[in-house]
Amino acid sequence: MQIDHVVCAFCGCVCDDLTVTLEDGRVTGVKQACALGRAWLLGHSAEADQPPALIDGQPASLEEAVEVAAQILSQARYPLIYGLSSTYCEAQRQAVALADLLGATIDCCTSVCHGPSGIAMQVVGEPTCTLGEVKNRADLLIYWGSNPAESHPLHFARYAVTPKGLFIPRGRKDRTVVLVDVRPTASARAADIFLQIKPGRDFECLWALRALIRGLDLEESAVADTGLTLAQLQDLAGRMKSCRFGVLFVGQGLTQSRGKQMNTAAAFMLVRDLYAHTKFAVIPMRGHGNVTGIDNVLSWQTGYPFGVNFSRGYPRFNPGEFTAVDVLGRGEADAALIVASDPVATLPRVAARRLAQIPTVALDTHGSETTKVARVVITTAPAGISAEGTIYRMDNVPLRLRKFLPSPYPSDEEVLGRIVERVTQLRARN
Amino acid sequence: MLRIINGEVYDPLNGVNGEVRDVCAADGKIVSEAPDGKVIDAQGMVVMPGGIEFHAHVAGGKVNAGRKMRPEDHREMAIPRTPLTRSGVGHTVPSTFATGYHFAQLGYTTVMEAAGPPLGARHVHEELNDIPILDKGFFVLMGNNYFVLKFIAEGDFARLKDYVAWLLEATGGYAIKIVNPAGVDTWKWGRNVNSLDDPADTFPVTPRQIVVNLARVQQELGLPHTIHVHCNNLGVPGNAQITLQTMQAVGDLPIHVTHAQFNGYGGTGWGDFHSGAPELAAYVNEHKNVTVDMGQVVFGPVTTMTADGPWQYRLYQLSGHKWVNCDVEMETSAGIVPYRFSKRNAVNAVQWAVGLELALLIEDPWRVFLTTDHPNGGPFHAYPDIIKLLLDRDHRAEVLEGVHRGAQKRSSLKDLHREYSLFEIAIITRAGPARALGLRQKGHLGPGADADIAIYSKAADPKEMFARPRYVIKAGEIVAQDGRIVQDKPGRTFYVAPGYDRQIESAIRDDFEKYYTVSFENYPVQFDHYLPHRVAVSCVRE
Amino acid sequence: MPDGKLTLITGRSLKQGTGLNKGKDSSEYREAVTTVEMNGGDMTRLGLCDGDLVKIKTSHGEATVQCRRAELPEGMAFIAYGPLSSCLIGAETHASGMPDSKGLEVEMERIS
Repeated sequence: MQIDHVVCAFCGCVCDDLTVTLEDGRVTGVKQACALGRAWLLGHSAEADQPPALIDGQPASLEEAVEVAAQILSQARYPLIYGLSSTYCEAQRQAVALADLLGATIDCCTSVCHGPSGIAMQVVGEPTCTLGEVKNRADLLIYWGSNPAESHPLHFARYAVTPKGLFIPRGRKDRTVVLVDVRPTASARAADIFLQIKPGRDFECLWALRALIRGLDLEESAVADTGLTLAQLQDLAGRMKSCRFGVLFVGQGLTQSRGKQMNTAAAFMLVRDLYAHTKFAVIPMRGHGNVTGIDNVLSWQTGYPFGVNFSRGYPRFNPGEFTAVDVLGRGEADAALIVASDPVATLPRVAARRLAQIPTVALDTHGSETTKVARVVITTAPAGISAEGTIYRMDNVPLRLRKFLPSPYPSDEEVLGRIVERVTQLRARN
Repeated sequence: MLRIINGEVYDPLNGVNGEVRDVCAADGKIVSEAPDGKVIDAQGMVVMPGGIEFHAHVAGGKVNAGRKMRPEDHREMAIPRTPLTRSGVGHTVPSTFATGYHFAQLGYTTVMEAAGPPLGARHVHEELNDIPILDKGFFVLMGNNYFVLKFIAEGDFARLKDYVAWLLEATGGYAIKIVNPAGVDTWKWGRNVNSLDDPADTFPVTPRQIVVNLARVQQELGLPHTIHVHCNNLGVPGNAQITLQTMQAVGDLPIHVTHAQFNGYGGTGWGDFHSGAPELAAYVNEHKNVTVDMGQVVFGPVTTMTADGPWQYRLYQLSGHKWVNCDVEMETSAGIVPYRFSKRNAVNAVQWAVGLELALLIEDPWRVFLTTDHPNGGPFHAYPDIIKLLLDRDHRAEVLEGVHRGAQKRSSLKDLHREYSLFEIAIITRAGPARALGLRQKGHLGPGADADIAIYSKAADPKEMFARPRYVIKAGEIVAQDGRIVQDKPGRTFYVAPGYDRQIESAIRDDFEKYYTVSFENYPVQFDHYLPHRVAVSCVRE
Repeated sequence: MPDGKLTLITGRSLKQGTGLNKGKDSSEYREAVTTVEMNGGDMTRLGLCDGDLVKIKTSHGEATVQCRRAELPEGMAFIAYGPLSSCLIGAETHASGMPDSKGLEVEMERIS
């Protein structure tokens, strides 16, 4: 059986024109996908190849696991709910409901990917656009600390570099592509100009560009530490001012380097300044699946995009206080629920170790470093393959993930709903 | 079943003006008799249909970006969880749950989201579904849509009509929204239009052509609500002229000019900025095809957000505050800028006066509605303050004394002595919006209407009275009592399905596939998922 | 400056991403997240060949990984996100929620 227009949930590109072939309860063919999407789609089947749940490493039923999970979370004094990037919005809504009910802290992978971009937006705003505007209008593309060739493999072909658009009739020939990074990444091959800056000097480069765009004279010495010459920066500033529609894509090279939110704020301000000369937009290259979705769900339900704490009965937001790395790293969380994410593999070791010390509940489609240390593991159906729901592309365009492969496992939404129900009962009793 | 006895009933659609009579409900509807069930003794109370928010920004990408960018706003107002209700935050951009509860606490039971981009329709619905209690719908941004401009440019009215019908169904939307027609299209290159005859960029069509054609489409499709127009040059001195020209352009065709306050200014610059309300009101008084809503300014913090990208950029330049812009492929744009209306600022004082002048100068209350264009002019929870300004001229004069002199010198407000009656308040907050939206089961208390009812104590201070209804009833059940939410249940979504010739899909597919970045097949919203509690409002084709 | 001092960048790689889907116990994922890339000159200077094991140390922890020559500026090393990169990163976020994951000062030492 062949299914067309499949929406891929793997990365922030959310390509929606894949074709999937199914045979005997397995995905056997995938067309129009990148290596990441293909691996994701081929990596799941309709077979029950794992126990529905594990409690202390022993196979258990879903009911038993939900009961223990509900007990752990309702007995905790400072529970943390974290992850949620690789699941769909309907499940994310249940997770926020649970956090509200428990008085928990809830954080998502945003805090360790583009959280600093979110903070920058709160400080200076963000002039942006959807990816179709890039395709249709952009004659100058600048990638800064972003490596789409490896993180978003179809980005160049589908949205930005090669496609022809409404006002870009010749596609690639009508665009200039600039890559700014500390190393010549795989994306450098797609660029007309590669500018290699020194690690940790993003802010200085961006600020120098702001000065040049405002017409200030800079001395060579002012940019001596950036790794670029004044002439290189002047050339880039000139291109930015004279393009018709420019787009600055910012990656984790900015958010994870020295300066963090100051780097992204500088990028956003640079783009804002360019409105004096031309039309420009900035787009953070949001990474994982539906990380943009959890940002949105948290924002509409609580007012804040990540790092939300309900311990006073209402939502509070404070990066550094209520973000996962901090709550775990300082040893504050005394229980955790991890959904569709593997923080033990990705968070700093001190934070990861805390997850092994406290009772942790993990919902995932596959085993992971986190499921290895979790007290309760519940296997769930993969979003966009065996569970349907809403996903947000990196530019906030919402699409519908479909379910085309049956799964012996329940969806994240269902499991979280059952935990909410059980915790509600336990609360009512006390 | 429910029986409300001894109340003073204001039900303008049924001509009931303060008579004491019973109001009964059964199975969610108003009925003529309800022998059993709960009785509410409304002795000394005022009974009205539930309020209808005619134009507010409460759901969707733009609203959510406003929430996300303003943590400082939320810290002003925390809404704790209760055993019945979810927690949330205010203030000018409240979270979804807080939005639903807060409207219900004010006696409102229906809200229309004023502007959603088609590409973000799923997002609009996801948020509407998380706004509890209220019934809702959303207006679909079309005034700068690629296909709308294209079919107008090609003079293909039949296709334009089919496309609008197709788009309304694809989005689960309710009405045609037009924002700065042609101007937003040119904003995609950083420009704007400033006359009704300046062309758009993608296709050489003018604001005049866009408004007139869509007004005809609305009539021919028999859509329940008129075109809903945010005129060109919003916020700019002298813009009352283009507002007048826009109304003139459509001739006798029905048109709603939204947040008219923001488009009701005279003068040539900020120096001679003054009210243009008298001219607009005079036109509205003479033309029964026109309705407006106030877009009243409330002194204090606001979050301005519109699809009018170039205006929001200008406001960023004027204010220096943080600024979000988002251009949406093929369709529209959006901008957000936090702002604060100050009593001590001459321009702000005039803006405040203009909204009130419109309400007082437009003689027919059925054609002017109470809005703040939430959260642009002010937050919706300021409605009780505005109602008091309309009901009580002494109070109004007192407030006017406390604001910048500009409001007295550059508007006619000090000379307006009209006072609204409770009957008229019921019109501008309920009956009028229901009629203008074509929601026949809303805004009245006749048998068959939805049993959405607000019961207020007749307090000496109308602000107190309207800020805290004794009872709010939604679909026959008490949802709020004395300012507390006592029941949390989902509301419904209104949509229209005017029908279209399926040929339109092949007519747009080619360009769609070339210029959008989503598949044609993945564009329409799935009604079962995004409008789970839906009500189709019928279209009556002429 | 001591010989083995380098600036470490952690980040995504295609192999780490595809390996992720084959399972975190797959050899592809393991290889992707246990390899550090370095400039050829630095490798020669430190006496390293492709496939040699090195110990990377930061003030937060240490990890033993294989090294591989890659097109990188002198003085820079790259490792894909994974359990080993996490060992090298501290939990201090400077009130941002984001740990310092790029531009870390590391000490690299050959394991003979």
